[in-house]
Amino acid sequence: MRANTWAGRNKVEVRDVPDPKILNKRDAIVRITSTAICGSDLHLVDGYVPTMQDGDVMGHEFMGEVVEVGSGVAADRLRVGDRVVVPFPIACGACAACAAELYSCCENTNPNAGIAEKMFGHPVAGIFGYSHLTGGFAGGQAQYARVPFADVGPLKIESDLTDEQVLFLSDILPTGYMGAEMCDIQPSDVVAVWGAGPVGQFAMDSARVLGAAKVIAIDKEPYRLRMAEEAGHIPVNFDEVDVRSRLLELTGGRGPDKCIDAVGLEATHGSAHIAAYDRIKQAVRSETERPHALRQAILSCRSGGVVSVIGVYGGLLDKFPAGAWMNRSLTLRTGQCHVQRYMKPLLERIERGEIDPTRIITHTLPLDEAERGFEIFKNKQDNCEKVVLKP
Amino acid sequence: MTPLAAKDRQDEVQRRGRGLGWMSLGLGVAQLAAPDTVRRISGVDDSATSRAVVPLVGVRELVHAAGLLTSRRKSAWAWTRVAGDAMDLTALGIALARRGGSRRRRLLAVTGAIAAITVVDLLTAVQATRKKDVGSGPARKGGSMELTATTTIRKPTSEVYAFWRDLENLPTFMAHLEQVRTTGARTSRWTADAPFGKDVGWDAEITEEVPGEKIAWRSTGNADVPNTGSVRFVPAPDGVSTEVHVVLAYDIPGGTIGKAVAKYFGEEPHQQLDDDLRRLKQVLETGEVVRSDGAPWGKRARKEFPQRPAQPLSDAELAKGADA
Repeated sequence: MRANTWAGRNKVEVRDVPDPKILNKRDAIVRITSTAICGSDLHLVDGYVPTMQDGDVMGHEFMGEVVEVGSGVAADRLRVGDRVVVPFPIACGACAACAAELYSCCENTNPNAGIAEKMFGHPVAGIFGYSHLTGGFAGGQAQYARVPFADVGPLKIESDLTDEQVLFLSDILPTGYMGAEMCDIQPSDVVAVWGAGPVGQFAMDSARVLGAAKVIAIDKEPYRLRMAEEAGHIPVNFDEVDVRSRLLELTGGRGPDKCIDAVGLEATHGSAHIAAYDRIKQAVRSETERPHALRQAILSCRSGGVVSVIGVYGGLLDKFPAGAWMNRSLTLRTGQCHVQRYMKPLLERIERGEIDPTRIITHTLPLDEAERGFEIFKNKQDNCEKVVLKP
Repeated sequence: MTPLAAKDRQDEVQRRGRGLGWMSLGLGVAQLAAPDTVRRISGVDDSATSRAVVPLVGVRELVHAAGLLTSRRKSAWAWTRVAGDAMDLTALGIALARRGGSRRRRLLAVTGAIAAITVVDLLTAVQATRKKDVGSGPARKGGSMELTATTTIRKPTSEVYAFWRDLENLPTFMAHLEQVRTTGARTSRWTADAPFGKDVGWDAEITEEVPGEKIAWRSTGNADVPNTGSVRFVPAPDGVSTEVHVVLAYDIPGGTIGKAVAKYFGEEPHQQLDDDLRRLKQVLETGEVVRSDGAPWGKRARKEFPQRPAQPLSDAELAKGADA
């Protein structure tokens, strides 16, 4: 089959690889009909996530049709011909983490738990196409994928919604939603979201759905801010205005009640000096993150507020404003999304028309053009917000 | 030497290596930033040659420092310091022969200090070199090794106990076991997997069993690798799960088998038992050992990283199996 693979730093390559096979009894094989490039794929390609290997199949946002199931998958749960969206964290459904609905912390699905334990203290769940640290599972930017624990994760789509309407249930819609949910939003809340990429856009939409009074989008790409504005959110361009004073202005001097970091470890900063400082520290590996968005979110948030982090971090960061966090009674909440927890309720919201996930799609390309997709997405060319690939 | 004492010794060598690294850094910076002060203290401020030599020695010290502080291979870098000491002592000897009075006194003091440092460098270099022979983990020349590990499994103690008490289940998750065959109510025949040493087998007997709580066993007769083990099953505070606490002890002989066993356990013997218990948890909670494309061989995976790429296996690879 054809598959988009990691081919070293800053390089992806669509190659011929063997078709996937059932390896465990509870596996299924899915013929992929739609898949997408995620912002977190860029962290892999840019070389910030360790343990990638040449030839790793990328991609963790995918859906398709079940073409084969293992002997351990009950027929009432999943059968050949079912149309499914596959959540990016692989979860067993039986361990203590899964019982607590902390699916991305599943204790059983990462065969490389030893590596993850060294990095993170305790292991994390397996993830499709997301380095060997998270299990070494082949990803979904391919014609077919093997899906372990197929009786736990995949969500059956039985209505006639299009791929584009449900594909993002695999990751970015639940991720954005969890970012807003962790904010415990009240009707009086002003919510500020750092990053107007796909996850940021969905965090904004979710904050509105959960009843926020006002939602602010912070980014520097005019086209992304325009997209947020068209969806009813208030744009703030950090290249043009001082974010702190603009946020004070928008909140009567209080600061946003809830702040969401939808940027993560490769943030850019309005000040060239500060951006350079962290870029250099990252390049010499004395920190692995460039945490500008997180720092600014903590400093901007009103006292007693919540800072919710859904942007991806992988290792160590520097100059964490612990003083602001502690002295101003801030709550910091975070996590890789527990996608399985949100898929069904969000599918219902899509069916009811409360959220329109298709609004962020700017490009649809054949799988064979994945390389170009990565290029325009990474460099923000051609007003690229989200690339969907068709195998 | 017991493995633990060897580990302590290694830590001490690593620590001292780092200490020497910091000293090199201090000396190097001083020699480059204030060469004239260094020359005056050393009593060679009357020599034009020393003006050129002191900063060069400073640069050399920075190289030692970089090596000692960043590399885990302290032995090679400690030896470069010994070589540096020899150069310094030679230079000081030449300078001493040509001087008298207060400069000679200062020179003698510096020479004494360098000689003392040389002793420390030499000691560190020799120990750092020798530590390789001792090896980490089980001593290559034989010795005893005790491993402990623990995990929590979301199943009642009775179920976890019953699974373990059927000793024939052990090879499904313990990497070094090929087969366990029950030969009596309390006796069994264990066979090791190839990496542990080819054709190693032994008889074992259960020495203690408390249903739902504890099992202890030991090898009997003339085992190649005499060993004992015990496992305790403790109800976890959540009221649902079981804490599993395992202790294994091996009496590792010299010779070929001892070498194979040492090689099997490698640098991090505890990692092996941790992985065994992770697989036990997978088997009991999910039904089998979880496989990925990068690590498709379950307990037969020998190397954590690099592994095979995370892309589907070809038919040939699948047919060939774990040695692919």
